[in-house]
Amino acid sequence: MIYACHLEDLPQGESLRVMADVPIAVLHADDGIYAVDDTCTHQNASLSDGWLEGCFIECPLHEAAFDLRTGAPTCLPAKRPVRTHSVTVSDDGCVYVHAAVTESVAEGAA
Amino acid sequence: MRAVAVVGASLAGVATARALRAQGFEGRVSVVGDEARTPYDRPPLSKDFLLGKTEAADLALLDSDDEAELAIDWRLGTRAVGLHPSRRAVALADGGEITADAVVVATGAAPNRLPRTAGLAGVHVLRSLEDAAALRLELAAGSPRVAVIGGSFIGAEIASSCRALGLETTVVEAAEAPLAGVLGTEVARACAELHGDNGVRLLCGVPVSGLRGEGRVTGVELADGTLVPAEVVVMGVGARPNTGWLAGSGLELDDGVVCDDGLITAFGSVAAVGDVARLRGPQGASARAEHWTSASEQPAVAVANLLAGATLHEYRRTPYFWSDQYGVRLQFAGRTRPGDEARVVEGSIAERSFAAVYERDGAVVAAAAMNRPRPFTRLRRGLSRAAVPA
Repeated sequence: MIYACHLEDLPQGESLRVMADVPIAVLHADDGIYAVDDTCTHQNASLSDGWLEGCFIECPLHEAAFDLRTGAPTCLPAKRPVRTHSVTVSDDGCVYVHAAVTESVAEGAA
Repeated sequence: MRAVAVVGASLAGVATARALRAQGFEGRVSVVGDEARTPYDRPPLSKDFLLGKTEAADLALLDSDDEAELAIDWRLGTRAVGLHPSRRAVALADGGEITADAVVVATGAAPNRLPRTAGLAGVHVLRSLEDAAALRLELAAGSPRVAVIGGSFIGAEIASSCRALGLETTVVEAAEAPLAGVLGTEVARACAELHGDNGVRLLCGVPVSGLRGEGRVTGVELADGTLVPAEVVVMGVGARPNTGWLAGSGLELDDGVVCDDGLITAFGSVAAVGDVARLRGPQGASARAEHWTSASEQPAVAVANLLAGATLHEYRRTPYFWSDQYGVRLQFAGRTRPGDEARVVEGSIAERSFAAVYERDGAVVAAAAMNRPRPFTRLRRGLSRAAVPA
């Protein structure tokens, strides 16, 4: 579990990047806070710099968009989903990301 | 409508096929391409591909799922040599012919070459995967000195890649400053200074008078007598739309295929998309963009209009492009005119990290950024809302 920020520092429509084993974008969408892998699956660009609309994030470089609920790309040029991570907000407003470990690490551990 | 012929098998052609299926077209989609390989993405060719970080297979625009979904009737490795719009027939170099209910021209553009450079070994252009593979091979042989002719984005990206490979590199630009017409003097200067900052020599304001060498190039001669020694020369001196095959077709050609702001030509069942399309707006002004984003976005509009049988939709997106060079990401959206200058709204040009707007008559007409994707995305969104066609 990674501490991301205090809720006050992430108003609706804003996003930030935190480091886990890979960078993770934490985004405050209309219906809550989401966390996904920060790097676009198409080409090296940071989704936390992108355009947040509804529960979709659009990559700032080539406009690939991802559904924050599933990680699935909704349009080209991205074809592969981004990983999603669950988020908890504590009673005192601390935002935590439950970062999933990358697949290769998981395989190595198994 | 039962059949559509798409001429051109790069990004715009592929996006056309995708748009046809996405919009419910179930008929035959034939895609003609002069290269024998299946379509690939070009932007990495001047960057990661030259550096050996990306291979041809990584650049494919379609995977097996796409192939199954799109069910394209491929006509690869053959060139279209003629179009008969009245019967919507495309003639192929191999003697074949495709007839369809609609034709989409997506033949792109070909790189310009300086005169008297043909047949000289070591001299390259960079457009296709084949071009890039040939250049990559030569850059890896020994430690050649490289001269890049042309200081615009493709030239700057190639120079950046050559430098990353540790090669002695010179960029030669005929204009006083590269890119000033697009970016304004101040942002253009910041881009030009990236060369020197990274150990690449930039020579501006003197045109090339010729190449030196017999059999193989040995250097580039400038009009003022300067000789730039080079074993590898890359020409990045613009491109011209591939319209030669349309001569005599009756389509209006004017540095591109002239179409309306919905990408439809005067022959209602023929559309043009991507680098080759010259969009004419209602006021008669026209524009052609050689941007990845235009090639990617225009086909959906063209297809909607073809399927409707009339121009119901206009292509209204703001021109947008990006360039990665020397570890710096430049993004630009909109259109400037000579004299439009950037006003920095975040960061600083000196630090090579900024977002800037270009204003005219009190309105923002363009935006530029270096290494500031977040504010740039917001500025570009603002421009898109105000976008007018062509």
